[in-house]
Amino acid sequence: MNPDPAAYALRLGDDALILSHRLAEWSSRAPVLEEDIALTNIGLDLLGQARALLTYAGEADGTGRSEDDLAYLRSEGEFTNCQLVEQPNGDFAVTMARQLFFSAYQLELYRRLAVSSDPTLAAVAAKAVKEVDYHVDHAAGWVVRLGDGTEESHRRMQAGIERMWPFTFELFESDELTGQLGANGVAVDPAVLRPAWEACVTAVFTDATLQRPSDGWRPSGGRRGVHSEHLGFLLAEMQHLHRCHPGATW
Amino acid sequence: MSRREWPLWEVFIRARRGLAHNHVGSLHAPDAETALRHARDVYTRRQEGVSVWVVPAAAITASSPDEKDPFFAPAADKVYRHPTFYEVPEGAGHL
Repeated sequence: MNPDPAAYALRLGDDALILSHRLAEWSSRAPVLEEDIALTNIGLDLLGQARALLTYAGEADGTGRSEDDLAYLRSEGEFTNCQLVEQPNGDFAVTMARQLFFSAYQLELYRRLAVSSDPTLAAVAAKAVKEVDYHVDHAAGWVVRLGDGTEESHRRMQAGIERMWPFTFELFESDELTGQLGANGVAVDPAVLRPAWEACVTAVFTDATLQRPSDGWRPSGGRRGVHSEHLGFLLAEMQHLHRCHPGATW
Repeated sequence: MSRREWPLWEVFIRARRGLAHNHVGSLHAPDAETALRHARDVYTRRQEGVSVWVVPAAAITASSPDEKDPFFAPAADKVYRHPTFYEVPEGAGHL
C-alpha cells in the first residue's frame, strides 16, 4: 500500500480541531476578559489549521469528503487525534499546561513540516508556524507566572503539569505511517521532535520553579482511534447541531 | 472573598509605518509584558497595527474636566494661531 498523506493530514487536523473545541469551551468563562479573547483567538488559529488539513485529507483520500463531513460525521473511533488534546480543561493551570505541551510540540513539528515534500502540508505548516510561536509564548508566560506566583498558583500549576505529562509521550510515537511518509520526506518522524520539545518545556519549568514530572503511565492509542472517555462527550456537543440539522448554515 | 483587580493599562497602536501611535482603549493586566500580550490579543486581531505601546494608566497625568475653560477656552478667538494666512502654491492643494 502506498503511504497515505491523507491519513497523516487527518491526524494533524484532528489534533487542531479537538483542541480548538476545548479552547472554545472557555469562551465567556475565562478568568478575565482579556484572557477570554486570547484563548478563543488561539482556538480560532487552530480551527483554521484544522479546516485546511481536513479539507486536504478529504481530497487526498479520494472519498471527496468535505471538512464538515470529516469534522461532524465521524464517530469517536474514527478520530485520530492524540489523547492530550481531548483532555478536559480543568482549571486555568491545567489548560495552560496542556497548551504549553501541545503548542511546543506543534512548533517543532511545523518548523520541520514547512519543508515537507508535500506542497499542501508544507504550505499549511509554514503559515501556522507563526501562529503557534505565539501560542507557545502565551502558554509559557502563564506557566511561569503561575508557577513562580503565589503558593496557591504554584500548587495548581504543578498539579496541572503532573496531570497532562502522561499524555505527552503519545505525541512522539512513531508508527508505520509516519515511518513510510517520513522516508519520502512528506511527514516528520515524531520521535525526533522530543529532545527539542523537552528542552523547551524544561526551560519553562525552571523559570516557573516547577518540578519536572516523573515519567510513568503513558496512555496511547489516539492515532488508532482509541481515546479516553472524554472524547465522546466532546464530540456529542461539537457534532450535535450539524447532525440534527444537516447542512445548516449561518 | 476580596478580589483585587489587575492594574489598568492604556493601549496605543501604530496602524502603519509613518503614522503616530493612537490611543485605542485600555485593558487590565498584572504586568507590562502580559499587558502587551493582551493588547495584541484584544486590539490587533484584525491587523490593526504594526506596533503596540502599553502605558500604566496610573502614569498618565490628565487635564481635569473642571479645568476645561481655563485650559482651552482662551484659544478659541486666536485665529492667528492657525496657519490660514498663507498663499498655498499651486500644485500643493492637499497639504
